[in-house]
Amino acid sequence: MRLVVAFALVAALTATTTGALTFREARTGVLQQSQDAVIKLLRTQVSRLASGLAFPPGRAELRRFAADVAKGEPSGTWRVLAAYRELSATSVPDDPFEELTPALREAVGSSPATVFQRVTSADHTSLVVGMSVIYIAPAEAGRPVSGVRVFLTVPQTTELAYVDALVEAVWRAAVPALLLAVLLALLAARGVLRPVRALRSATRNIAEGRLDTRLAVNGSDELAELSHTFNETAAALEESVAELRGMEVRARRFAADVSHELRTPLAAMAAVTDVLDEEAARLDPDTATAVRLISEETVKLARLVDDLMEISRFDAGAAVLHLDEIDLAESLRRTLASRAWTDTVEARLPEPDALRGRVDPRRLDVAVANLVGNALRHGAQPVLVRLYEDEGPGAGRRAVIEVLDSGPGIPAGVLPHVFERFYKSDTARTRTEGSGLGLAIAEENIRIHGGTVRAANRPEGGAVFTVELPLRRDEPQREGRS
Amino acid sequence: MPRVLLIEDDRAVRDGVTLALRRQGHEVAAAETGEDGMNRLRSFRPDVVVLDLMLPGMTGLDVCRGMRALDQTLPIIMATARGDDEDIVVGLEAGADDYVVKPVRARVLEARIRAVLRRAAGVPADAGIPKIDTHGDLAIDRAGLAVAWQGAPVPLAPSELRLLLTLSASPGQVFSRQQLLEAVWEHSFHGDARLVDACVKRLRGKLGEPPREPRYIQTVRGFGYRFTSR
Repeated sequence: MRLVVAFALVAALTATTTGALTFREARTGVLQQSQDAVIKLLRTQVSRLASGLAFPPGRAELRRFAADVAKGEPSGTWRVLAAYRELSATSVPDDPFEELTPALREAVGSSPATVFQRVTSADHTSLVVGMSVIYIAPAEAGRPVSGVRVFLTVPQTTELAYVDALVEAVWRAAVPALLLAVLLALLAARGVLRPVRALRSATRNIAEGRLDTRLAVNGSDELAELSHTFNETAAALEESVAELRGMEVRARRFAADVSHELRTPLAAMAAVTDVLDEEAARLDPDTATAVRLISEETVKLARLVDDLMEISRFDAGAAVLHLDEIDLAESLRRTLASRAWTDTVEARLPEPDALRGRVDPRRLDVAVANLVGNALRHGAQPVLVRLYEDEGPGAGRRAVIEVLDSGPGIPAGVLPHVFERFYKSDTARTRTEGSGLGLAIAEENIRIHGGTVRAANRPEGGAVFTVELPLRRDEPQREGRS
Repeated sequence: MPRVLLIEDDRAVRDGVTLALRRQGHEVAAAETGEDGMNRLRSFRPDVVVLDLMLPGMTGLDVCRGMRALDQTLPIIMATARGDDEDIVVGLEAGADDYVVKPVRARVLEARIRAVLRRAAGVPADAGIPKIDTHGDLAIDRAGLAVAWQGAPVPLAPSELRLLLTLSASPGQVFSRQQLLEAVWEHSFHGDARLVDACVKRLRGKLGEPPREPRYIQTVRGFGYRFTSR
């Protein structure tokens, strides 16, 4: 927009300035020329007729002289006044000669030079010229100025009409030129702006992820070169992104396939672990140990595969929310009860039905169970679960679930990594009871609800995991509980 | 002695599950393919079917539908290697009464089998009331465990019948999915609304309910379902 305005302004300024300057020059030229012609003719007339003027002249002689000078101009537009001392006479009898100003009369009286003045009165403009008659007769050599003064008035109607015509001509020429110039300026601006706009929207498209965006390259100027470079960059970007995505998809599919393939042999093993456990009691100690080991490891492996499947579902975007409005406190209570944690974990929950929210009950259960399980394994008892509603500024209503333990806390170096998959805090990679995916799965389950989970250490010792869930509600019920 | 028909294509899983179930006191027949399983239905006359969803040839879904066409009241537990929500829902809508995700421990499978058998035995909570409820075109015989619509009997799977009996026992009362899950499926694990939703969908289909405005079983958003007799 600024560019368009600038182009138009420059064009308009050029056209008007050119017109104005042309007009001024032409006007000056016209007036100057007519003025010069008048003065030259007057001077010729006066010189020619001055010799025939008797000296000192009487009124009649002055009148005849003035008439003679006036006749020098064939069209008869000259009006002449001849004056000597107090005497004066005009070429036309009883002409008041209003145009002659005292200043001009004074100027002629004191100087031998020719003086002129443009006088505008009422509705017309006249050129008034005054000059002294200079004696060139030898007898009067000591007094070059005769004392006779001649004044001439010429109406400048023609010249003014001419100037008017000139103004109109300039005007007529300038307006189309101005329009044309502005038009051309707009076209030129558009020519520059269009590729710039295309570049801008293409950049935005790329930023929004439409990597197949390309620009049309026209001509061979700097803009075309820029478009060409842009296209090359976009192509390179698209290629590497496609490559990365391909690798990611292959990696995810591999993880999913592995989990899947592990499932069938595990299904057979899991089916008989209970049989093995029962049998172990009747076997000799070594065999019993071996059998129990196999049984325990099978259970762990089954859980690991379950967690891997769950993670690969999140990675593939196949995890779906089945939202239902439930009593969150009741949900937490059930999570603890179904895992027989009611005695080991203290729960500080709101009243029944005080805090309801729209969540996927199964996913919330998994997330809370994983966080509490983690606290029980890695922290120390007592473990506390708290639930309350928090209305943060601007963030809307949120349900906050806190899982606090009384263990040694999480080392500062580990804290940023606790939600990473298979992250082991010590390099020895000791195997714990969990799959190493529990916290990652908890985080994914909270994230899919639009919530967040973070880990921190409490100042009084122990770790705290804080879940924040946005509280979405159903639209007002049409049918209530009856 | 409960008779279990196991349809599973993988030999190791088949043998493992058969072994475990036999030790729990079940009489087990194992079929390798869906076709074989369908054939064994008449000769073996199982009390419950444990059906693998992914089978070569005739798929688990086909078997499930085929068995439902032959016998509405036979309890079917679907065992799926794929725990994806979509697979579970498709299986449940094909008529399965319950599902387990592999790998499954024998104890869990055993518990599920006992639960569906209890339901199939048809001892709903209010079985003592000997009467026939009529709600417009719908007639529910609580004692005889039969349902008729416009005078014609409606064949219902065990979970569908039990769901209808539970809901219609207190018309107008809203049951949460969790309450229904516990009453009908005896699940202690909470939050698996898919079972309830799939079963309600099947039940509505059999009662000829218009999908937009179901007459008998109404959804109460955010809470669950209720039965209206009007």
